[in-house]
Amino acid sequence: MIAFLIRRLLQACIVMGVISLIGFSLRHTVGDPVREMYGMSVSAEVRAEARERLGLNDPIIVQYFRFLKNAVQGDLGNSLFYQKPALEVILSKAPATLELVFTSALLITLLSVPCGIYSAIHPRRLLSRIILGVSTVGVSVPVFFTALMCISLFSITLGWLPSFGRGELTPLFGGAWETGFLTWSGIKHLIMPSFALTSIMLPLFIRLVRAEMMEVLQMDYVKYARAKGLSERRIYWVHAFRNTLLPVITVGGVQLGILIAFTILTETVFNWKGLGGMFKEAVDRGDTSLLVAYMVVVGALFVVVNTVVDVIYGMVNPMVRVVGRK
Amino acid sequence: MKRLLFVLVFCLMLPTMAHAKTLKLAMDADPESLDPHVQLSGGMLQYSHMVFDPLVRFTKEGGFEPRLAEKWEIIDPLTTRFYLRKGVKFHTGNDFTAKDVAWTLDRLKKSDDFKGLFEPFTVAEAVDDHTVDLKTSKPYALVLAMATYLFPMDSAFYTGTDDQGKPKDAIVKTDHSFANKNASGTGPFKLVKREHGVVLELDRFADYWDKTSPGNVSKIVFTPIPENAARVAALLSGGVDWIQPVPPQDYPRLEKEKNIQLVTMPGTRIITFQLNQKRKPEFADPKVRLAIDYAIDSVTMVEKLLKGAATPAGQQGPEGMAGFDPALTPRQDLEKAKALMKEAGHEKGFETTMICTNNRYVNDEKICEATVGMLAKIGIKVALTTYPKAQYWDHFDAQIADIQLIGWHPDTEDSANYSEYLLMCPNKDTGFGQYNSGNYCNKELDDLLMQAAVETDQAKRSEMLRKVERIAYEDGAYVPLHWQNLSWAARKGVHLEPIVNIMDFPYFGDLVID
Repeated sequence: MIAFLIRRLLQACIVMGVISLIGFSLRHTVGDPVREMYGMSVSAEVRAEARERLGLNDPIIVQYFRFLKNAVQGDLGNSLFYQKPALEVILSKAPATLELVFTSALLITLLSVPCGIYSAIHPRRLLSRIILGVSTVGVSVPVFFTALMCISLFSITLGWLPSFGRGELTPLFGGAWETGFLTWSGIKHLIMPSFALTSIMLPLFIRLVRAEMMEVLQMDYVKYARAKGLSERRIYWVHAFRNTLLPVITVGGVQLGILIAFTILTETVFNWKGLGGMFKEAVDRGDTSLLVAYMVVVGALFVVVNTVVDVIYGMVNPMVRVVGRK
Repeated sequence: MKRLLFVLVFCLMLPTMAHAKTLKLAMDADPESLDPHVQLSGGMLQYSHMVFDPLVRFTKEGGFEPRLAEKWEIIDPLTTRFYLRKGVKFHTGNDFTAKDVAWTLDRLKKSDDFKGLFEPFTVAEAVDDHTVDLKTSKPYALVLAMATYLFPMDSAFYTGTDDQGKPKDAIVKTDHSFANKNASGTGPFKLVKREHGVVLELDRFADYWDKTSPGNVSKIVFTPIPENAARVAALLSGGVDWIQPVPPQDYPRLEKEKNIQLVTMPGTRIITFQLNQKRKPEFADPKVRLAIDYAIDSVTMVEKLLKGAATPAGQQGPEGMAGFDPALTPRQDLEKAKALMKEAGHEKGFETTMICTNNRYVNDEKICEATVGMLAKIGIKVALTTYPKAQYWDHFDAQIADIQLIGWHPDTEDSANYSEYLLMCPNKDTGFGQYNSGNYCNKELDDLLMQAAVETDQAKRSEMLRKVERIAYEDGAYVPLHWQNLSWAARKGVHLEPIVNIMDFPYFGDLVID
């Protein structure tokens, strides 16, 4: 296990190195941050000086090595817009996104498993058809649209839910983490964004659970269990369900990354001040050092999530051993 | 009896005392910093009007009204004396004096963004505690206009070193500085809380000097909402009381809402095309340039593409500015355009290139696409490329295309500023013509502008500036399209109209909420 984790850590470093290199080489295509930092009427010399001061005139490879050198010491550069270290900005925005992603992941799990299993066991029932029909609509509607429709209905027409922001927050861990989970206002603010985000992933998981479950139900051991006279409930939940979980977990790990990508749209529409909204604004402003830092952090997150997924995998199915453990 | 009277008076006062009015405000972005000198931008100036006060400020009609300066007089051609208001306090409790004005001008001259504007000023000399002389190196017509940008800062508060050992008065764009995080001005609102990009909270300053102001807002909660649809939804759902800017596609919807008021007015940002005479020899011929101006029908474009979001323009400065000439109306005449092309010997037309932004101005990409269609009618085939604003200006400076789009808002709120940047012969040493990618160069126009810069007789100066506009119009020096409209929307009961103006500096200190 330890050997496995160490290997993963090394892989993580390589992945992050590659990501930062790609990020760096794409930097100049985002645009010139100096333009955003000064008024239009500022002379070309002032801008040139600023570029020199920020080291933007050096060859990319020189800039990259300077970045690497600082990155090893935990310094990912200063955000040009926020006027403080990029890592600090990201850490301050992360709780908002993590709470959103966590809530959505929870909703997806809680909804997709019963829906998927039900429609696998009773494929011909009306409810199963409704579940599948609705989920097809869900997967084909862009999240932007879902979000705006929700706002239009629940905020503007009905006035039930707030349309933007995170509401009242409670500081935890000495203010390092501000949570919206502990106040009613915070939870009200969370409902629509997490629903919008859930709507993208939920259909996929319902279908995945359903397909896997149906396949498993055809297996000989299920037939044998039935012949043996085991109760239906025991067959479904203990014997069949366990085996449907494996592919679901694998896909889940990968999809979590896509969920993070979709936070960019969701957060923008709901003015949710997390990493996604920050990323979009950084692109608009040409805040390149923040962009690179974001990519490195998200890359690291991916590696961590997938490592955890591999570990869980081993627990669910002891036949599968993580690499490095013979 | 006495007691009864007391109760009566108390009851009458109750409504004014009991209702603390909070304004929930949403704009597309929050100020870049808390340091008013870090960046010259609309957002920073809007913020400055909340937390600081200028010496004088523009009125809705374009005149000047006293703020921290009660009155002023011209002592000699190089000196304007300002008599400062007495008894004014900064948010820290420090007294406001002439020393703060002098200190602030010194700091402005050190700011990368502002030093260009304050270049004509040499020094602010404190005559006594409440009298200050602003001195210029040459006679300067815009002393008062620049005094609207002079927001005195609390010099005692910004002097010394902070807890990181850095000087408190340092102007820093991309890193920590004391002034980026703290603020003390004389303005109607003082800083309570600021989370960059998330929220800015301001409370009414109890010791604010302007007791005559009708303003009754006791707290401002300012949330930046960059996404247009989200900003409008926030207003419609009652999440905020006031939004700006309002996306033009939502005008019809907001106008229909009974509980919402929408106000628009032509702003001072002109949108133009520049025709590069150096790159494209055809554009050196005024006939071709005029043909293009005639062919591009900005009136129809505004009607169809920018419904109510812009005002068609035939010149650079809008009505109310010194150089405005009502005779210069937008050209629109396709036949005339064809005739001019024929006269110039380009009956068959030619091919050319064009670049535009796609996220900088309202509907910029669509405007350019429409232009391509309109120019096709006179045989000019245009290859259009569009860029996001973060990439555009490097291409613009490199002049990679024959026709380039540019919008300009004069920082001085004055006519001359347009021509100084967009039309004067490009000159690297003087900085004039910095954004003149058309390479239009006319000695007469340059001379007029140089004279206008030192002419302090406003009537004479206006005539010079009108002449500049006329020359540019007749020469087809550039293609004027339209002025972008400014827009604000608020819920009923927020008295929006009286505090907004053509500069887009809403005076929130004077805002009344029912």
